[in-house]
Amino acid sequence: MREARARRGTTALTGVVAASLLLGACGSDDPLGDPRRPGGPLEVDLGGIVSEDLQGQIAGAGATSQEAAMNAWIAGFQGLNARASVAYDPVGSGGGRTQFIEGGVAFAGTDAPLDADELEAAAERCGGQVAELPLYISPIAVVFNVPGVENLAMSASTIARVFDTRITRWDDPEIAAENPGVDLPDMAITPVHRSDESGTTENFVEYLHEAAGEDWPHDPTGVWPLSGAQSAQGNSGVVQTVMDGTGTIGYSDASRVGTLGTVSVLVGGEPVAYSPEAAAAVVDASPLVEDRPEGSLVVELQRDTTEAGVYPIVLISYSLACAVYRDPQNAEMVRAFLTYVASEHGQQTAATAAGAAPLGDALRAQVMEVVESIT
Amino acid sequence: MSTSEQRTADAPASARAGLGAGRPGRDVAGRAFAVLATGAGALILLTLAAVAVFLVIRAWPAMTTPADELADAISWIPEGTTLLQYIGPLVFGTLLAALLALAMAVPVAIGIALFISHYAPRRLASGLGYVVDLLAAIPSVIYGLWGGLWLAPRLEPAWHWLADNLGFIPLFAGPASTPPRVLMTVGVVLAVMILPIITAVSREVFLQTPRLHEEAALALGATRWEMIRMAVLPFGRSGVISAAMLGLGRALGETMAVLMILSPGFSYSFALLQAGEHQTIAANIANQFAEANPLGVSALIATGLALFVITLVVNMAARWVVARRKEFSGAN
Repeated sequence: MREARARRGTTALTGVVAASLLLGACGSDDPLGDPRRPGGPLEVDLGGIVSEDLQGQIAGAGATSQEAAMNAWIAGFQGLNARASVAYDPVGSGGGRTQFIEGGVAFAGTDAPLDADELEAAAERCGGQVAELPLYISPIAVVFNVPGVENLAMSASTIARVFDTRITRWDDPEIAAENPGVDLPDMAITPVHRSDESGTTENFVEYLHEAAGEDWPHDPTGVWPLSGAQSAQGNSGVVQTVMDGTGTIGYSDASRVGTLGTVSVLVGGEPVAYSPEAAAAVVDASPLVEDRPEGSLVVELQRDTTEAGVYPIVLISYSLACAVYRDPQNAEMVRAFLTYVASEHGQQTAATAAGAAPLGDALRAQVMEVVESIT
Repeated sequence: MSTSEQRTADAPASARAGLGAGRPGRDVAGRAFAVLATGAGALILLTLAAVAVFLVIRAWPAMTTPADELADAISWIPEGTTLLQYIGPLVFGTLLAALLALAMAVPVAIGIALFISHYAPRRLASGLGYVVDLLAAIPSVIYGLWGGLWLAPRLEPAWHWLADNLGFIPLFAGPASTPPRVLMTVGVVLAVMILPIITAVSREVFLQTPRLHEEAALALGATRWEMIRMAVLPFGRSGVISAAMLGLGRALGETMAVLMILSPGFSYSFALLQAGEHQTIAANIANQFAEANPLGVSALIATGLALFVITLVVNMAARWVVARRKEFSGAN
């Protein structure tokens, strides 16, 4: 009797699993070409991405920041090339760089470009040139939880002084001056930062360091420089903490913001709300670092820009690959995958899945030149 | 007639005879079982040794690197801090959180155990005991989620009240942080987590109290409370201590709940209501592991070695207490 019931239970479970698999298959076809996509289906040129005889498997590892986008890229790429398989292990930027240099993975993701020593070691691993490509651009949002206030404008100096706990109340004259007409409550400010070492922290602090000048006296690193404050692990932890408190302010990958209020950054005197387009604009307006080896495209972000409509707090995560692989099949796979990632289709996929900012055309042309040279 | 007599008189011998009478090597199964059991026992020791050796080997690079080099290579070790100075506040935070949890959980657990063993009507007692066992089986990450997302916001007013009214006690020094990602909240959630295991073991021990002791106490005119104080508690004391140590072990190593609830910081502060002052070893390892470089991993494993040593010391101390108390327990 009991056995029979158990068997029936198993059958039911199998049915549920099968049904969910079917549903899943329906949903994951092509989110961009879906007629129900807001704004209509996106027509993109897939020429050069799909190749009938591409097969093989490659593995990558690295930054956790890229994880959501990377999953979407892998799903999209494997959807187009049924016999190709790509894996990505989000072990962290440092781990990714190490594994790439040691030859454990074919490509890697990292929030920080390789330093001189690492470049040398990586060149040795590749037996030549290393490709370093800015393929993931993600805006960092400054989020807050103040009842009744949905949007605030703040200059870099004000943001720096708030996070440095030198502005401690929401109705501080400095905040009020930048937000005429907003009813600010008399409430303590609780800054929230990341408790783990992260590229998000590093890029946010670098922004404060460059754009706020003397108002941010700390050196930029991936570890928050002040102690004795509220903090949480990961972007979602910070967002959760900001949501749980009142009068809290924090910074997070823009894709996790949810319903929280966001800060529009004053650039050249005008408030700019975060958006993928505004974040892409700062990358377009920034030159490449000059003394890098060929194939290494490192963007020198102009975080203190005063250009109108540019959102300056962004994180750029790089993809590492070799220009030459010993195994031609590996080379072909890496080339095809990175071509897909850099393509409009790939970048739109990351924008949909992870709130990333799509690459500008000028930068894409430079990236494609390097990608096409991978052999 | 004779066979039945034999069976009752000398059951093992007859069983042996039935399995393989008179053949050489007749006790193969018995010997194989003895070897297996011995092997299982030895495996425990081997595992313990393997863990210790692993920790020492992997922590060695961090322990032998000069302090300034270590601080240079690992971003989360501040300039001018040695490895020991880095581990110190972590050990402090770990012990403080665990002791706090124990201080809150043990009295409540003893109360529940006594209620189940001596106060509740029989039917209610067995049901309650079953529920306590169920609670002990809930994974800690569930308690962590529940504690962090549901319980913590509801504790906040209490922490503000404590800071406002009892702030003169250093433990409750204000202002209480908002949101309440503080060690006090961690202590409460850890207490809830270790409550079931302490209760379950204590209840079993209290139920073992010799009936004669209890009845003798009652016969001498003791009330139920006096009977518990005179007969049950002295008998169960060493058992309760072992139960508390089991709970302490769980609290010391708890990772997910602390990681999700606490805003970490590195100091020797007793201010339980302030955020960014404490961190535990296990949560710190989970927090920093993802982005750590090889030397960083080694330093984290060194903190893990510290936790391993603390746990061993705590358990040995518990053994010693239990052994010392045994003769006074009234069990003999």
